[in-house]
Amino acid sequence: MRFAVLQFGGSNCDHDAWHVVHDVCGVDCDLIWYKDRIRQEYDAIILPGGFSYGDYLRAGAIATRTPVMQDVIRHAGEGRLVLGICNGAQIGAESGLVPGVFTTNAYPKFICEWVHLRVENTTSPFTSQYHSGEVIRIPIAHKEGRYVAPPGVGQKLLDEGRVAFRFCNEQGICTPESNPNGSELNITGVLGEKDNVLVMMPHPERAAEGILGSDDGRRLFASMISHIENQ
Amino acid sequence: MSFIGKITISLKEGMLDPEARAIQHALSNLGFETESLSTARVFYITMDVPTVGDATKRAEEMCERLLANPVIHSYEIEVLE
Repeated sequence: MRFAVLQFGGSNCDHDAWHVVHDVCGVDCDLIWYKDRIRQEYDAIILPGGFSYGDYLRAGAIATRTPVMQDVIRHAGEGRLVLGICNGAQIGAESGLVPGVFTTNAYPKFICEWVHLRVENTTSPFTSQYHSGEVIRIPIAHKEGRYVAPPGVGQKLLDEGRVAFRFCNEQGICTPESNPNGSELNITGVLGEKDNVLVMMPHPERAAEGILGSDDGRRLFASMISHIENQ
Repeated sequence: MSFIGKITISLKEGMLDPEARAIQHALSNLGFETESLSTARVFYITMDVPTVGDATKRAEEMCERLLANPVIHSYEIEVLE
């Protein structure tokens, strides 16, 4: 089993993602500079957080148009796993791997804080180790994380089980107050048309070890590993 | 021939514009009460193409493929000679 973490100019959570996969989960993982392209088959590719290309034009817009993303789209099309975290989520949405866009927070400031998420889907390769409706604690750190879907699509994603995570309060209720960036229907984790792609604004790699305040994010990586092992 | 495409990217009607809201608030702090305020981004792109029509078509393609995100944006193109 081998994971890859892509690095664009301005990625800054690449080593965190690598650390969790390699050191915490004990899985082989390559850091790949985008210009080197993806030249072998990986079981999973992670698009890490950061500020690729300084968020010029729109967050993720420039990275999306680099040739390596054609490799990522092909990899996803073959049914292998793609996880986009934060800037990686913005890139995933810009690439059309999931519908919608992550844009400027309703209150346009950078938010860096712990949030509660309700696990909405427990059958995907990313969420099988969570319980349905479970409330987990994972941090967010973004200014462009408000999820906007084309009209009617947000509800459809929820109905079809393609929403992995929603912002909620400690009791697991999705309220406007527990929606830090004003995302549509509190949505912050979206699965692709097939469930082998997940993009999410919260940072599971920053909550994968108890010493960091929460290890709730670790089960996301454990779910991916379990899925790959059972294929 | 050289043409300048003036491309204006705006948020679609009804889309929340948090930046505009913050600017409107700041204007209000300065005593400027405004009925509405929206933001847009303008690109001036010089292109060497045979006709105005070609320049427009290229600018459209640029909007569709990069400059605008169709989920939230609309765009207007004006070609200046």
